[in-house]
Amino acid sequence: MARMLKFNIFRYNPQDPQSVPHMQSFTIDETESMTLFIVLNRLREEQDPSLQFDFCCRAGICGACAMVVNGRPGLACHTKTKELPEENTLMPLPVFKLVGDLSVDTGTWFRAMYKKIESWCHTKKVFDPSAPEERMDNAVAESIYELDRCIECGCCVAACGTALMREDFLGATALNRVARFILDPRDERTEKEYFDIIGTDEGIFGCMGLLACQDVCPKYLPLQDVLGKLRQKMAFAAVNNLLPSFMKREVKL
Amino acid sequence: MQIFQTDLLCIGAGLAGERVAIEAADNGFSVTCLSLVPARRSHSSAAQGGMQAALGNSAMGEGDTPDVHFADTVKGSDWGADQECARIFADTAPIAMRQMAFWGVPWNRVVPGEQTYYKGGKPFTAFEKPENEGLIHSRSFGGTAKWRTCYTSDGTGHAVLYTLDNRAAQMGVEVHDKTEAIALIHDGETCMGAIVRCLKTGELSAYLARATLIATGGYGRIYRESTNAVICDGGGHIIALDTGKAVIGNPEAVQFHPTGIVPTDILVTEGCRGDGGTLLDVNQYRFMPDYEPEKAELASRDVVSRRMTEHMRKGLGVKSPYGDHLWLDIRHLGEKHISTKLREVQEICESFLGVDPVHQLIPVRPTQHYSMGGVRTNSDGAAYGLKGLFSAGEACCWDMHGFNRLGGNSLAETIVAGMHVGGKVVEFLQGSDTAFKTDCMREAFSRQQDRIKALIHGANGRENVYAVRNAMFDAIMKGAGIFRNGKDLQESVDKLTDILQRARKVGLRSNGLGANQELAAALKIEGQVKMALCVCYAALKRTESRGAHTREDFPERNDRDWLNRTLATWANLSDDLPTLTYEPATSVFEIPPGERGYGGGKIIPMDTPPVATPKGAKA
Ligand SMILES: Cc1cc2nc3c(=O)[nH]c(=O)nc-3n(C[C@H](O)[C@H](O)[C@H](O)COP(=O)(O)OP(=O)(O)OC[C@H]3O[C@@H](n4cnc5c(N)ncnc54)[C@H](O)[C@@H]3O)c2cc1C
Ligand code: SF4
Ligand code: SF4
Ligand code: FES
Repeated sequence: MARMLKFNIFRYNPQDPQSVPHMQSFTIDETESMTLFIVLNRLREEQDPSLQFDFCCRAGICGACAMVVNGRPGLACHTKTKELPEENTLMPLPVFKLVGDLSVDTGTWFRAMYKKIESWCHTKKVFDPSAPEERMDNAVAESIYELDRCIECGCCVAACGTALMREDFLGATALNRVARFILDPRDERTEKEYFDIIGTDEGIFGCMGLLACQDVCPKYLPLQDVLGKLRQKMAFAAVNNLLPSFMKREVKL
Repeated sequence: MQIFQTDLLCIGAGLAGERVAIEAADNGFSVTCLSLVPARRSHSSAAQGGMQAALGNSAMGEGDTPDVHFADTVKGSDWGADQECARIFADTAPIAMRQMAFWGVPWNRVVPGEQTYYKGGKPFTAFEKPENEGLIHSRSFGGTAKWRTCYTSDGTGHAVLYTLDNRAAQMGVEVHDKTEAIALIHDGETCMGAIVRCLKTGELSAYLARATLIATGGYGRIYRESTNAVICDGGGHIIALDTGKAVIGNPEAVQFHPTGIVPTDILVTEGCRGDGGTLLDVNQYRFMPDYEPEKAELASRDVVSRRMTEHMRKGLGVKSPYGDHLWLDIRHLGEKHISTKLREVQEICESFLGVDPVHQLIPVRPTQHYSMGGVRTNSDGAAYGLKGLFSAGEACCWDMHGFNRLGGNSLAETIVAGMHVGGKVVEFLQGSDTAFKTDCMREAFSRQQDRIKALIHGANGRENVYAVRNAMFDAIMKGAGIFRNGKDLQESVDKLTDILQRARKVGLRSNGLGANQELAAALKIEGQVKMALCVCYAALKRTESRGAHTREDFPERNDRDWLNRTLATWANLSDDLPTLTYEPATSVFEIPPGERGYGGGKIIPMDTPPVATPKGAKA
């Protein structure tokens, strides 16, 4: 207890002509059960009111507070100072557009992604308000939710070598979303339609499989598994497109 | 000045805002939603437990109907609810849930055969009918006669919001995120949109709209300790109050949740108790059955919160550097149950407390949780006071919750009322045309521009916005906590009146350029103090105990004098106190006032008790 903690924080306000990107150091006394949420709010309220950063739920469930803590993308509200050394570096997530200091614009990136993969259930059915709901196996529902748990924090994208190099790379989060719809019996898209979205270098074949994404995912989504199965499924789809129908095989996701 | 134009402007892109947006988009209208954060980060995503609808598919929900749901809701509200709205709600909820299933929510489903559930910490088995296999399942929540809460593990809000946002994207609803409405455009009669600050660049723009919806969620963050996200700061209420015309209904109706964890006040879901978790005191003794033999931990939230506070006041709380707390025990539910059905809870305990709930107790205390009050609307969701202004979700006082909201009824309200109000907004859009008065827009715009300049240059003073906010936190907690009394409330009101003067003198310490967050805080502080005054002043005047509003000096629920709803306005910007008037709690009585069946307490009856009117009838 009673350590003095030092934080080197990236500072830049693109809207201020006088501002240049630089690192600024702050010191703060550590208190019990302290998290980066507490640290940053205290820094803004007590030391520098111009400091920009994002928190929303402060409970690890909304994904707003992702930043690079000592070189590793993660959720700041989750990060207990107890687990940090005395000197620390905080940087904004790369890939996403910088709003200022530690705050980035993930919203625009994710919206573009939904449009690209058409992130909704594709069905020709029409909802009938007077009918009972369509049945679903509970295990299927649970496996969909398992992938639906992504909070769009952007950590996996920020950690991904391909995403850093290629602006159009969909990233693990998008591929995971596609897998969620493949699992969902309500989505009537065919394998071919999925292939058209992700069977490219922007999608599954751009992924180098080094799995930085899974290492940093704060929700512990099984990204490695998802990417592996998708790659297999899409590779089969690529072959299947060339094969006569009696030879076609299906890979279960 | 950049000007955007749209048929419907939804201020807020949580469940309520998006559900209304989808209804309008589905009918061919252009819709823009504003949100402080990407839509999916809205506070709705944090709701874990679930949403109520009388589907009656599960064994423990058998025999459930909208009538039973309606009765639970009215009782839960301590007869403060508008029964017309509660009826619309209960009848529509099953349809809304099925529609969400159709759009892609992975609801948990009925698994047939013998299943083990928990009640009061003890396991029991129930037989799920094979013919119900695969239909939407339900869990138990406090204050309900049947198990009625539809859920997706313990990420219900997340799953439903993601599905709804997918649907919104599909329907072409525009979401402008990182934007903040800071004033409404109106001429004293009609609302014509909002003045909006971009939270990426700091730029101001005007959004003109034929209909405007306030769906900004609750105002929990005028309290220091709250389960709410930090963006639930009353922004929508403030801009409504600022018009001098729109009305805040029942601001004093503030709910405390029994299980905020200590010290961070993050919520662990009521599902913990619903699934059989128990509350223990310093001696690890289960005390709730002593107070509430029938319902124990599953009495409604206001009751459990009060009993916990009572118990701690007897010295039976656990001492900690952050004050007294109690224990929540879910260990007996077992690792499998906890790591699947209560996984978020497990994660929260591990990440924020370093506690493993499979083997350890969870420190909890009652924490500010829900705003039953809000922008007062009629049953169509149309706001009092201004044409073209609507409100839905937690931001509004529609008012199906009265003085206590039942667990699972709020999330359900967002999409059920959203569906209903959305329909009414569509009717409004089809039947009307608005002439946009550009002078009103320019005037509103330059007023905001001037405010920002004054804050940056310290033209009104150099009060520190965070210091003023801290003073507000202290003042509201003093009077308007779980137990209230006249003396403390008077003190709160007096203090807040002084703090209001300070709020009017705030000046920035930073340069205010770009997405500056100190400026965002400064722009809303005066309005927040006004909201705090609405809460405390209305609570001071309400000399009875009803639902979450508990007056130690007036312990009876007084139907003779107080079966009504507070209506607060801020008639002149420069006033130091809100103007309060009252209206009857409900115009229809399907169920005349009676006992809730839990929580105890005396009732002073009405002089001429109303008779029940049949279902759906208007008075
Ligand atoms: C931790 C927690 C758990 C809960 N669990 C449950 C549960 O299990 N069941 C249940 O029934 N209820 C639950 N609730 C309550 C429920 O989650 C909320 O009442 C509900 O989600 C509110 O939804 P909403 O759409 O009205 O508002 P929100 O989801 O809060 O959305 C508000 C929107 O308004 C935007 N906004 C705010 N101000 C402005 C502004 N000035 N300009 C522009 N945009 C603005 C925000 O960005 C956001 O998009 C829970 C609440 C909490 C705090
Ligand atoms: S495995 Fe693929 S998606 Fe994940 S970090 Fe590597 S390249 Fe990116
Ligand atoms: S997959 Fe994980 S790391 Fe990536 S955005 Fe989702 S929650 Fe964040
Ligand atoms: S603030 Fe929501 S995840 Fe950190």
